[in-house]
Amino acid sequence: MSAITSDMLLQSLANAITLGSLYALVAIGYTMVYGILRLINFAHGEIFMMSMYFAFYFVTAAMLPWYLAFLFAIACTGILGIIIERAAYRPLREAPRISLLISSIGVSYLLQNLAVVLFSGIQKQFPPVAMFQDVITIANVRIQKLSIYVPLITAVLVIVLLYLVNKTKIGMAMRASSKDFETSRLMGINVNRVIAVTFCIGSVLAAVGAIMWGLKYPKIEPYVGTLPGLKCFIAAVIGGIGNIKGAVIGALLLGFIEIFIVLFFPALSGYKDAFAFVALIVILLVRPSGLVGEKIANKV
Amino acid sequence: MKKFLTVFLVLAMALALLAGCGSTGDGGGGGEDSDVIRIGVFEPLTGANAAGGEIEVRGIELAHEYLGDLLGKKVELVKVDNKSDAVEAATAASRLVENEKVDIVLGSWGSTLSIAGGDAFKNSQTVAIAASATNPNVTLGNDYYYRICFLDPFQGTVLANYAYKTMGATKVGIIYETSNDYAVGLRNFFKNSYEELGGEIVAEAMYQTNDQDFNSQLMTVMAEKPDVIFAPGNYTEAALIMKQARALGYDDIKFLGGDTWETPPLIEVGGEAVEGCVITTFFDPDAPLNDMTTTFVELYREKYNEDPAAFTALGFDVYLTAYKAIEAAGSTDSEAIREALKTLEVEGCTGSIRFDENGDAIKDTAILKTVQDGKFTFLDTVKID
Repeated sequence: MSAITSDMLLQSLANAITLGSLYALVAIGYTMVYGILRLINFAHGEIFMMSMYFAFYFVTAAMLPWYLAFLFAIACTGILGIIIERAAYRPLREAPRISLLISSIGVSYLLQNLAVVLFSGIQKQFPPVAMFQDVITIANVRIQKLSIYVPLITAVLVIVLLYLVNKTKIGMAMRASSKDFETSRLMGINVNRVIAVTFCIGSVLAAVGAIMWGLKYPKIEPYVGTLPGLKCFIAAVIGGIGNIKGAVIGALLLGFIEIFIVLFFPALSGYKDAFAFVALIVILLVRPSGLVGEKIANKV
Repeated sequence: MKKFLTVFLVLAMALALLAGCGSTGDGGGGGEDSDVIRIGVFEPLTGANAAGGEIEVRGIELAHEYLGDLLGKKVELVKVDNKSDAVEAATAASRLVENEKVDIVLGSWGSTLSIAGGDAFKNSQTVAIAASATNPNVTLGNDYYYRICFLDPFQGTVLANYAYKTMGATKVGIIYETSNDYAVGLRNFFKNSYEELGGEIVAEAMYQTNDQDFNSQLMTVMAEKPDVIFAPGNYTEAALIMKQARALGYDDIKFLGGDTWETPPLIEVGGEAVEGCVITTFFDPDAPLNDMTTTFVELYREKYNEDPAAFTALGFDVYLTAYKAIEAAGSTDSEAIREALKTLEVEGCTGSIRFDENGDAIKDTAILKTVQDGKFTFLDTVKID
């Protein structure tokens, strides 16, 4: 094996940031829902998958230009998130948390099978958009334009989100609800609305992530969301689930681990996914609340 | 609102139920019926290998329609979905032999899935015939599993010869799917014959089924400057590998693959990036071997208005073989079918099919194809003794 050149390092750095940013968008959805409902929404990967299909059909069947198609797909995914919350989670608001978890697994299977029936199990190609997929060369590093847009879009969305959560009224309501439903209600907060908004935001971010994922890895099938969903869940836990900044940090870390393990130890490249889980176990052993997670007393 | 939700949920559940039924296909009720011969179709209809499963099933259905009744009885196809997953495949195989009680099983696309189902067929003493599973372990040590295609040691030799002699490549890089028995086997057989010929494997990298990012693997392999990259594995991952190679600026590197690549999604997902890749395969509609080839190609074109893929041809032949075997045996008894398969010779559309003592088809011809202008195009026929 020849030595790793600086070009390869730079190239891998670019790849890792892109992959990490993609993970971040999806991980935020997990972390926000957990922050408020203490629910790990296992259907999040399927929401991711559905938005890819939405985008696919808006481009191929409705023949819309890509920007409109993507916009509609993102909107539809947001609505889907609200519907799922309303149909599968709201009726269980007073039920034990474990029922909610099981309900989310049910939704996940429902969406997967629905996709098989509606869209068939055969892979489809995500519609290409030249503006994102053109390749440019910067100092011997060849990257798709997408690799520049993805971290930028992620950064902008995270800043908007942090502003929304920390500076606006609805954000304050979200933070209050995440501490205590009952008291928030007494303070005049419409908790159901806050939760619906949370699901909507989480799903919209998943949709943005899914569309960029589709542009980078142009394959759609009913199970396409499973693995990214799982990885982003890990990223959220590594960062400290419930914490938005933590999810971003965890996601970037995971992206770096995956890319650089393969680069430095090509013989281990087949075990790439295993390292995500190893990282999860190590974090859980050493810092159970995650890298940036704060220790919150359990609600009684 | 509540009423609407209830209706929505009921509809959703009904749909989910339909999805469940869809996978059992014509099976429906199950149970034994002496007036019907039940042929199990064990294929991936969803998941990473769904496209492979579907084009193989097309061939099986075509032969089913074409051949009609057998021993004066109706023939029924019982489809189960092994979901492109080894664990699901074992469950699906048990379901075929235990609940559906089929008389014979056809499939599966993908050696890993076939191997996973093998034990269920062996334990229940049900004869299974694989159409396109090329790994030796599918039939090895299993007296009830047969196959009608060539094997990976043969395929590996053909590819190694092509790389070394025809392409003049002395340095090869390999990127293969480690979670796939087929890809691991093919990589080993290719490596052995290629090194025997005098070539050098300069770099190797691995990936898992369903991986989507191959930038690091491509960079580590390309750093060793191979003449050709051999990438045995599933077709969608292969398409993404080639796409990402072009995006990284490796415009000239040639890719070499096995029979699994010949599915429409390789071209749909890969686009221009897969142009020029070379694969081994079983069949080409433009190189007819006998009358059955002509019949099959005509039937297929009539129904689907396009040219059939190699897997569809094998699907047709695997049904034909099962049909002829039951006909020769005069019953659906497993032992009688096995006895008949010992001496049976079938003129299939992929050539003549006879079985050796392992249950493997005796074949000595492979076809090489390349992708040209978005189509799999015939390149060469290779015969190895």
